[in-house]
Amino acid sequence: MSDGHAEAVAVGSAWAGGVKPYAMSSKKLGMWLFIISDALTFSALILAYSYVRLSTAQWPTPFPFSPAIIFSTVMTFALLTSSLTMVMAVAAAHRRDHRKTVLWLLATMVFGATFVVLHAMEWNHLIHEGLRPWGSPWPEWPDTPLFGGTFFGLTGMHMLHVTVGIIYLGIMAFGFGTKKFKPEDVEVSGLYWHFVDLVWMFIFPLVYLMSVKFP
Amino acid sequence: MDAHAHAEGHTASTNLVLGVWFALLAMTGIEVYLAYIHLAAALMLTLLMGLSVIKAGLIMAYFMHLRFERFSLFLTLVPALVLCICLIMIFFFPDGHRLLEMRPPG
Repeated sequence: MSDGHAEAVAVGSAWAGGVKPYAMSSKKLGMWLFIISDALTFSALILAYSYVRLSTAQWPTPFPFSPAIIFSTVMTFALLTSSLTMVMAVAAAHRRDHRKTVLWLLATMVFGATFVVLHAMEWNHLIHEGLRPWGSPWPEWPDTPLFGGTFFGLTGMHMLHVTVGIIYLGIMAFGFGTKKFKPEDVEVSGLYWHFVDLVWMFIFPLVYLMSVKFP
Repeated sequence: MDAHAHAEGHTASTNLVLGVWFALLAMTGIEVYLAYIHLAAALMLTLLMGLSVIKAGLIMAYFMHLRFERFSLFLTLVPALVLCICLIMIFFFPDGHRLLEMRPPG
């Protein structure tokens, strides 16, 4: 076989090297791969929560409409809206509109911070009621450490992701505003932010809406 | 690089993104409504998870732009993720049913 022939094969195949099979940079592909691994972390946490819930005879359903469900619904709206402003930030970054990119990123951070503050208040309500990772305070249901353990574990892990995301976006806003970062870097941070939003779409119904307290 | 991305990839229009955002808000509203109409737990769980999977799909397709990337990216990421979750489920479901059946009444 001549070298010419081998070269033709190499050029013809997207997998033969020297080309980008996914037509994206390694940064963006790396973020996608991280997101898949992080999705599995959350899947394991959610399934562990489901398992201990199923194995507990009387799982507490302690969330009243006010404040818990109102808070968590507003938090969901805030996170969804932050995803919308993130899309706007990425679009502005690709137009190389630095001022608008920074403003949309700041808006995204504000909605993210709204989520964290509301969630912290919601945690505070429950801690004041006496909920702990090692015990539950409600007389209606038998005392179980599993409710608090899974609740704080699952929502705490998610809140940690949102907090890290806010810092990440802050660095992006600063770096893109000072023209250190490329539009693609903003796009990659957007992938992370949307993923954090996506995870909450599963935690909200499973943790809150499945545990509504009826009057 | 960016000019290239612009030329090749068609992006979601602002109206489309707003539509997706509104659909996500509406589905969240429906989920909250479902929680308050006293459905059987299994039916409610199925409906809520169905809506959540649709929401996750919308977020990945339009916000995370997966619909406008090469199809090979979707094929690399999503089936592997679904398979791994199914592998966890294999341990979860049979034992979950056993727990339900063997649970003392009350």
